[in-house]
Amino acid sequence: MKRKHSDSAGSVAISTPADELMVWQALNIAHDKVLAADDSVFVIGEDVGFYGGSYRVTQGLYAKYGEWRVRDAPISEGSYTGLGVGAALVGARPIVEIMTVNFALLALDSIVNLVAKMRYMSGGQFTVPMVIRMPGGVAKQLAAQHSQRLEHTMMNVPGLRIAVPSTPQDSYWQFIQAVQADDPVIVLEHELLYFSKGPFDVDAAPPPLHWARVCREGTDITLIAWSRMVEVTLAAAEQLAGDGISAEVIDLRSLRPIDMDTLQASLAKTHRAIIVEEDCRFAGVGAEIAAELGDRGFFDLEMPVKRIAAADVPTPYNAALEVISIPRVDNVVQTVRDLLAR
Amino acid sequence: MNRELAKQFISDLLLARTFEQEAAGQYGEGKIGGFLHLYPGEEAVAVGSLRAADPGDYVVTPYREHVHALMRGISPNAVMAELFGRSGGCSGGYGGSMHLFDREKRFLGGYAIVGETFPVATGAAYWLKMSEQPDAVLCYFGDGAANQGTFHESLNMAALWKLPVLFICENNHYQIGTEIHRHSAVTEIHKRACAYGIDSRRVDGMDVLAVYDATREVLHHVRSGTGPFLLECETYRFRGHSMADAGAYRSALEVAEFKARDPLPMFRQRAEREGWLEAGEYERVEQKIIALVDDAVAFADASPAPEDLCKNIYVQPIDPYKAPS
Repeated sequence: MKRKHSDSAGSVAISTPADELMVWQALNIAHDKVLAADDSVFVIGEDVGFYGGSYRVTQGLYAKYGEWRVRDAPISEGSYTGLGVGAALVGARPIVEIMTVNFALLALDSIVNLVAKMRYMSGGQFTVPMVIRMPGGVAKQLAAQHSQRLEHTMMNVPGLRIAVPSTPQDSYWQFIQAVQADDPVIVLEHELLYFSKGPFDVDAAPPPLHWARVCREGTDITLIAWSRMVEVTLAAAEQLAGDGISAEVIDLRSLRPIDMDTLQASLAKTHRAIIVEEDCRFAGVGAEIAAELGDRGFFDLEMPVKRIAAADVPTPYNAALEVISIPRVDNVVQTVRDLLAR
Repeated sequence: MNRELAKQFISDLLLARTFEQEAAGQYGEGKIGGFLHLYPGEEAVAVGSLRAADPGDYVVTPYREHVHALMRGISPNAVMAELFGRSGGCSGGYGGSMHLFDREKRFLGGYAIVGETFPVATGAAYWLKMSEQPDAVLCYFGDGAANQGTFHESLNMAALWKLPVLFICENNHYQIGTEIHRHSAVTEIHKRACAYGIDSRRVDGMDVLAVYDATREVLHHVRSGTGPFLLECETYRFRGHSMADAGAYRSALEVAEFKARDPLPMFRQRAEREGWLEAGEYERVEQKIIALVDDAVAFADASPAPEDLCKNIYVQPIDPYKAPS
């Protein structure tokens, strides 16, 4: 049976800039901007069009730009990601939205074997100016198959760039920079951040795409985080300040490349570092950063670089267990206190 | 059938056969490394279909693609040099046998993971239709690839959005060593297209003229805006899957049956019988082709190795430990 669409869903308004916005609104404005600026940009993904995006990120765009530029895809993650590659080879600048990182496992062949390798194996003839956005992370009781983080998997792939915005402003800036980049960029968003608010300035000049940001200055210890762990770490730093501990918090913003200069500069000041990671410790992002910091910052370090990470378990459904499966404010605070009390 | 086209087919089939035989020899000499998948037996498919395509059409192929590249006008020198891993190769020596590319010739590659050609071709066609360009995409795949999820996913999208893709199945009856009746519930691959409302037909893939005529006709359909088409070419590879495979899983009788329908002598006989080819013409073309392939080997051998390990990973090069400004 052919169902007739009502006109309403596709025509919900696109967000407008304000001094304070939620992440989804900032991304919504950013999408409008890149679609308006360049006819070769199109968006494809599940429910990005008529429905407006499962986190409202593409709200209103289908009505404004039409079905060819805001394309609702069938549930075929591997093939619509590969479709983006094919389109990019012949002149398009596709934006692929994968509904969650968990579904991106089905698109890993396209991401790893096509997106990342096309330029190299064609001897530089073909580039893939494509953005792949996907939210992930532990949200609220989404259970084992919907709570994953795949940073480590994609970090290990030469040819990719990876941005991990944590604020509305960075979400806006880094998305636009990713679309403008001629290389493929993976943008890893966090499911719990879409509806968190932050200051927003549509006209402010962005820092470079891959720069880390010191979001709280301190002198006793450096706390390194990205995505949702930034807010957890900032809250911990605030509590620690009450104890008289001055923690510096760095939002990595990018996982490939990693802005080691900013991390080293902080280490030279604090001589101690902890990496706060939402994913499992074993073979995780923190392992890479700790190894590299240990190597480069050996003479600056007063103690080995420490990692706070998720328990080595699939994410449980039970809410209480879920909470203790990943780093939280109290255990970041306690770990820092214990370390500095030695 | 005009004489020019007949001569072209003879020249193409001879080039295809001679080039691949030479590649096998060079592999034996250690000049070519890695996996090498050769095309003898299947030549009528690439020759017939690509002679029917327009220069503006895009081509996406799996890893057994030397002949497709040659038919798109990539020079034997550039293809052989790529097999040798040299800088004069069509991918600069970075791709190899399975990853031939040529931007200018609209040759979108050589893909070594079975089933990847479907989404890449569908994506190229998406942009062609979205940007209202008149060209089509020719997407090659083997019988084994029809069992990958990407086949079904991409055919669905191509049909849903009426994209200008011609899916061409090179059905050689084997996924490496597994015969089609042991890997497919439905062995006539063209019949699967109806699941997505895609028109399809099967053609004798050993007959270059039949493939040519069918491709011309269905490309017209594909360009008309009515959507994709699936053309199945029934063919056979005379050699093993790759140089590492002796093909022991096939009976001598079966191989002999298909060799009796070898596309090259079959078309030659017909061309001579019909008077499309004059006496002595075949031999003259053959000598030219042998010289061309010899030149390709000499070119490849003389071409320097690529030197820069890290070139062309990114447009804006990055060190993974340093954020560029």
